[in-house]
Amino acid sequence: MNVDKNELLHIAKLSDLKIDEKEIDKYLSNLDNILEYVKILEKVPIADLDETIGANDNINVFRKDEVKTFENRDALLNNAPEIERDMFKIPKVL
Amino acid sequence: MNITELTVHELQEKIKNKELTSEQITKAYIDRINEKENDVAAFVTICNDSLEQSKKIDEELNKENNIADGSLKGIPIGIKDNICTKGIKTTCSSKMLENFISPYDATVIEKIKSEQMPILGKLNMDEFAMGSSTENSAIKITHNPWNLNKVPGGSSGGSAAAVAANMVPWALGSDTGGSIREPASFCGVVGLKLTYGLVSRYGLVAFASSLDQIGPITKDVEDSAILLNVIAGHDEKDTTSYDRPKIDYTKSLKNDVKGLKIGVPKEFFGEGISEDVKAKLKESIEVYKSLGAEVEECSLGAVEYALATYYIIACAEASSNLGRFDGIRYGYRAKEFSDLKELYVNSRTEGFGDEVKRRIILGTYVLSSGYYDAYYKKAQKVRTYVKKQFDENFKKYDVLLTPVAPTTAFDIGQKKENPLEMYLADVCTVSINIASVPAISIPCGVGKDGMPIGMQLIGDRFSEEKLLNAAYTFEQKIKFRENYKPGFNK
Repeated sequence: MNVDKNELLHIAKLSDLKIDEKEIDKYLSNLDNILEYVKILEKVPIADLDETIGANDNINVFRKDEVKTFENRDALLNNAPEIERDMFKIPKVL
Repeated sequence: MNITELTVHELQEKIKNKELTSEQITKAYIDRINEKENDVAAFVTICNDSLEQSKKIDEELNKENNIADGSLKGIPIGIKDNICTKGIKTTCSSKMLENFISPYDATVIEKIKSEQMPILGKLNMDEFAMGSSTENSAIKITHNPWNLNKVPGGSSGGSAAAVAANMVPWALGSDTGGSIREPASFCGVVGLKLTYGLVSRYGLVAFASSLDQIGPITKDVEDSAILLNVIAGHDEKDTTSYDRPKIDYTKSLKNDVKGLKIGVPKEFFGEGISEDVKAKLKESIEVYKSLGAEVEECSLGAVEYALATYYIIACAEASSNLGRFDGIRYGYRAKEFSDLKELYVNSRTEGFGDEVKRRIILGTYVLSSGYYDAYYKKAQKVRTYVKKQFDENFKKYDVLLTPVAPTTAFDIGQKKENPLEMYLADVCTVSINIASVPAISIPCGVGKDGMPIGMQLIGDRFSEEKLLNAAYTFEQKIKFRENYKPGFNK
């Protein structure tokens, strides 16, 4: 096994996901299968290669720093599960 | 005349010659959707108001004595449900976004609206575009019009099935690892994955930002060129989109491949590719030779590593991109929670389906402390390795010819329980996204099971004209649409 239960639960916590006790084995086996499969990459001669960062050669793409008003404010707020006085409502944090 | 059988370039002519009105066309499609949706289940949302739009467009068209060549006014379209449409639900086929109504249009939708093309509806997909069969949709399971017991492919399965079933004249899909090409292959239609950066991704719900690209799914190659003319172009709102001179892609369709250099990478014809697929591809190679192309075997060994690289990079990016779904500003919110953290966790746990959660977990794992170098960083280096091999091949060849998928469409349910086996359906397509190059999937025949087989042509970056001409010339020769039609077999 490449990964154990404690590690899986740690990763789930980082992902803001809850894994049900009875699903743990399934997740472990799925994750293990794929981690086993990707070991194939150990064979690739990459020592001298750079990482590909970004999919194209654009660097430092700038545009003018201008404030633009989003006109469709109501449509935006209408998607929120809960609002109060035009603000997103969340549970108490303090 | 059966309106829904016509291609878009045929519809353009009929509108121009005043043989058909936009209302007649849209009405024909809505009737067809009503007739076939029970069997195919391609739509998440059907936009009946498209008919009203068509009537208004007709009023304008009636006033025009000479409708401009290439006008798309009044020709409707279907949209994959991960492309934001103002005022119409964009669900990504997820419980998480089941009721999400985008407050803005994606850039490609703005372009479609400026052409005055009515939107017929939003099309089903694997949840957040994660899958190869559209079975991961939380909304419904789409069926393949050629055989309703088979999957349409995925993730743009609704788009490909709807085009094949004549429920839309054409559609937009998105392709992260094969999500346009594999369903196009399974459904016997044309699917075009474009060079990364050719089309704006603004308003496409992000799965893996360095791989995602919107593209056409159409009945034939000419329609793909027409739709590409509409959607291509630089966008200030997508910093990865390229600023390039505008091209009329329909002008590239020359019906001539004499002297075209085609490489056939032998690694795409190895173990796991069905004999049926290999046989049809070999026939296709002979067709190209007979048309005067120079075909030669070549090597692209890196393809062996592409799938592993893809799943690391795509899942890593997905785990980050999908972090935004927290139940606060939009999307699903759990009913039960005791504090803010639990609101996040419960909303995400209940709102995402199994495959999405699986990929978020894998992505978080490969990015986590202690594993970043071993997985993510390594995959980024292998990505360079894959790109270099494509570059080498494009020094010698204009296009590369490969299968799209290892098999024809498989049965619904067949691979659902084995994620790794499902991932292998993408083995021929993912390297293209890794290398940011374009590729087209076109039907080249049917297998012994009567299901369509797709051929993939891959080009160098921004070589869409060459690619479209190569596909078009082949299509004109074999005339797939005239010879084969989906039978809606049960």
